[in-house]
Amino acid sequence: MTALLALQDPEQIQTPTVEWFQLSPMLTVFAVATLAVLVEAFVPAAFRRIAQVVLSVGGLLLALVFVLRLWSAHAPKVVADGVVAVDGPALFMQGTLVALAIASLLLLAERGGRTDPDRAVARDLPTEAFPLVLLSVGGMMLFVSATNLLLMFIALEVLSLPLYLLTGLARRRKVVSQEGALKYFLLGAFSSAFFLYGVALLYGYAGTTSFAGIHDATTRVGTAEPLLYAGLALLGVGLLFKVGAVPFHTWTPDVYQGAPTPITALMSAGTKVAAFGGLVRVLYVVGGEVVWDWRPAIWAVAILTMVVGAVVAVTQQDVKRMLAYSSIAHAGFILTGVAAANTVGLRGVLFYLLAYGFTVLGAFGIVSLVRDEHGEATHLSKWQGLGRRSPLVAGVFAFFLFALAGIPLTSGFTAKFAVFEAAVEGRATPLVVVGVITSAVAAFFYARVIVLMFFQEPAEDGPVVVLPNWPAAAALGLAATVTLLLGVVPGEMVRIADVASRGFIR
Amino acid sequence: MSPWISALLVIPLVGAFGVACTPRSKPDLAKELAFVVSLVTFVASIAMAFQYDTGATEQFQLVEDHAWIAQFGVRYKVGVDGAALALILLTTFLTPIVLLASWRQEAKVKTYFALFLVLETGMIGVFAALDLFLFYVFFEAMLVPMYFLIGVYGGERRVYAAVKFFLYTLFAGLLMLVSILGLYFMSRQQAGAIGAAAQGTFDYEKLLNLTMSSGTAKVLFLGFFIAFAVKVPVFPFHTWLPDAHTEAPTGGSVILAAVMLKIGTFGFLRYAIPLFPSAARYFATTMMVLGVIGIIYGSLVAMVQKDVKRLVAYTSVAHLGFIVLGLFAFTMQSGSGGVLYMVNHGLSTGALFLVIGFLYERRHTRLIEEYGGIQSTAPLLAASFLVAGLSSLALPGLNGFVSEFLVLVGTFARHRVLGVVATFGIVLAALYILIAYQRTMTGPITNEANRDLPDLSLREKVVIAPVLVAILALGVYPRPVLDLVAPSVDRMLERVHTREPAPSLAEETGEDKSVQIGEQQ
Repeated sequence: MTALLALQDPEQIQTPTVEWFQLSPMLTVFAVATLAVLVEAFVPAAFRRIAQVVLSVGGLLLALVFVLRLWSAHAPKVVADGVVAVDGPALFMQGTLVALAIASLLLLAERGGRTDPDRAVARDLPTEAFPLVLLSVGGMMLFVSATNLLLMFIALEVLSLPLYLLTGLARRRKVVSQEGALKYFLLGAFSSAFFLYGVALLYGYAGTTSFAGIHDATTRVGTAEPLLYAGLALLGVGLLFKVGAVPFHTWTPDVYQGAPTPITALMSAGTKVAAFGGLVRVLYVVGGEVVWDWRPAIWAVAILTMVVGAVVAVTQQDVKRMLAYSSIAHAGFILTGVAAANTVGLRGVLFYLLAYGFTVLGAFGIVSLVRDEHGEATHLSKWQGLGRRSPLVAGVFAFFLFALAGIPLTSGFTAKFAVFEAAVEGRATPLVVVGVITSAVAAFFYARVIVLMFFQEPAEDGPVVVLPNWPAAAALGLAATVTLLLGVVPGEMVRIADVASRGFIR
Repeated sequence: MSPWISALLVIPLVGAFGVACTPRSKPDLAKELAFVVSLVTFVASIAMAFQYDTGATEQFQLVEDHAWIAQFGVRYKVGVDGAALALILLTTFLTPIVLLASWRQEAKVKTYFALFLVLETGMIGVFAALDLFLFYVFFEAMLVPMYFLIGVYGGERRVYAAVKFFLYTLFAGLLMLVSILGLYFMSRQQAGAIGAAAQGTFDYEKLLNLTMSSGTAKVLFLGFFIAFAVKVPVFPFHTWLPDAHTEAPTGGSVILAAVMLKIGTFGFLRYAIPLFPSAARYFATTMMVLGVIGIIYGSLVAMVQKDVKRLVAYTSVAHLGFIVLGLFAFTMQSGSGGVLYMVNHGLSTGALFLVIGFLYERRHTRLIEEYGGIQSTAPLLAASFLVAGLSSLALPGLNGFVSEFLVLVGTFARHRVLGVVATFGIVLAALYILIAYQRTMTGPITNEANRDLPDLSLREKVVIAPVLVAILALGVYPRPVLDLVAPSVDRMLERVHTREPAPSLAEETGEDKSVQIGEQQ
């Protein structure tokens, strides 16, 4: 680690070369986040929301342009003095993250449409949310491309801290929201500590915190070192916590339920991408030589995650909690792709994250539209007969549910197929069998919501569906379109994910 | 490569969008549009049938082949052989009939008619797919419209029936997906190259050339077996069927019984047996025994039903038992009898559900005890019921007889005991159908509500007449269908017997011998 060595001898300090262009997507997001803080301070309240929307969406679009330009350059390399990888998976996930962030910001911009009986319901979130979201997204982008454990830790904190705050921001249902925020913060702090402890042990093992350095050490020093395994295990705990894998999942339902719904959408889509990005990089690069040692652990976690997520979701009565447990089950499906430990698996994981991200974002987006006089009506009993009163909204939600259930011609099926195919290829067929069985269990609770919405008569004092105004409608339209296209004509996106997975810098 | 099949897939789907876009204030427009679309599809399928050359040597005709998801080796490949063509024609023939039969649907008309058209695309796709991935996509995607048809438009216990139907079939299908993945993985291994560079395939014709150990074949066979056994349904996987068939709206029951059950038996014929011949031989006896149990069990349970729709549902269990028996007896006669049976069962059970639908629209009850003496007030209705019922019990001269006879003769030649036991099914069928007819249609009118029942309206006559004509026509002259399906059965038998060094020897010593030979492969 050059920077640490340099500290011992002040004479030797060298300024690292920084490839600004390669870092431009992340720099853009962080710069816009800083600007957004200034907007919060200086722009009059009347224009603040519109200014924030324009600024943050514009900034993210710019970042997306940079990601695409880097992608078309086709030059995977490690930059910024060897701590940031700009390779296929990193760019793919940064692109996914930025796209998801744009959609969730559009949801955040939703302020209740013409039919909202009580316009105050809409302003559930203060405008401070915008800079916080941008900061968190920047952290996620850094997290998936960091190739140094210390930088990774910083990125982890940058992405997590704004999320803790955002979770507690709901103006209505304050108690649930703040309870969620506190739980998230405490458990998140624990997991960060695990992560940091793991970093320390790995540093003790290899004498460096760079991924490549630790990987070299595993070939050089040998792998029969308790420090290596203990370090990897602790690191894994920290990462699996963010992924929401069983047994580190307990925060998920409370936080998903408590957070304002657009934030839940961002968390379920974005945090998952970031966490899996980090997990894959750590396991495949740092653990590249000890695949046979970590694979059984990931197998066990994947099986547990799929089973617990799917089974517990069956009993949920709150639509947000149900989606939270479903997201746990999906984390399990993605882990089967990780457990495949091959390029095809990486391709499957990348594709899954993109497909799932848009679907779940759309699903939470719909949840945020269904409101009664107390705010969002998330209890399932309220959703009874929604298909009769608002066929379009209920129909789109049913479509997202079918995608989550993995019915063919939706992105959910293609994605599941991609990871299961990789798992069979990687000799992990038992995981696939568990995967399909839990898929069937999961189909039960998605089907149950459809039963409620379409097969039963509307409840007397049911919720009103707010007609989305154009930003939210655009976000939902985008989510539905992506979900459909990745189901019907996924070829091109699978090809891109394939190229990305081959450009992995180890 | 003329796009006949693609046209058949696209017309109903586009029609469904059109129907969904009609204004809500004009429900009749939606009905008329849907009916016209289904008629156009039927005409197109007839035109396609004329393009089909029964004398051709290759198995599949009218093949279209395009890349779909290149990275997974998935192709959009469709084509038909004789059996598939016959079942596609059955589908396109019954869809307009079903739509016309649903003319009095009043609530949520647009969705109802649009869902049927989507369903038609799905069913045609299942029969036409030549790529296993594509097959699976149609197989599962088809569940969704049927799920809504039962759940939204069904009877009192519709929710229970819809969810049960959906979960059963989905779960079974997922196990098939694992087997399909296994085949794909093996195709990749046997493509020669190592690792991710090798391209796997889902192409049915290429997968036929895979070599696999008999153990692998058995495991993969089981995945397909579960999927198709639930769909057929083979005893003991049948429990979803009585609920779904009873609770579905009339049109849904007709399509479920007439076409969707055939997807299971078609799956055995096209996929499970030819892809895993050694496993199919190994499990043949089990399958036949299950088929015979289905025949006897379905008949006995049908006899004690109080609900006339449930009665017909259980007769399906019995009839499909005959088809399974015929397919797994592995003789030419029983095989072609089985495939012909698929078409015949579609017609006869379809007709029965249609007539019951007419009754239900008049009296809003399905209980047998509520009826009685209908033939004096509605003679045409009663006559339709009788013809359909006689076809169902395989009266000589009607279509059911030919297929049932072929199945039994073919089975008897190689499996005496099973053949004899299955024959009791005919006696039982006569009992349950005639008892049902007697209780509902004959005798004095016991229930005053039945006093002034109107006879068939013009629309209802138009609905039932084509089916009855087909029943009579195929009873007298089944030759065209038999000629059409014979090559498909031949291919299947070729696959089953091809690896036996001495078929004559196997025939003499019976099942066990052929199993052992299968093991050596």
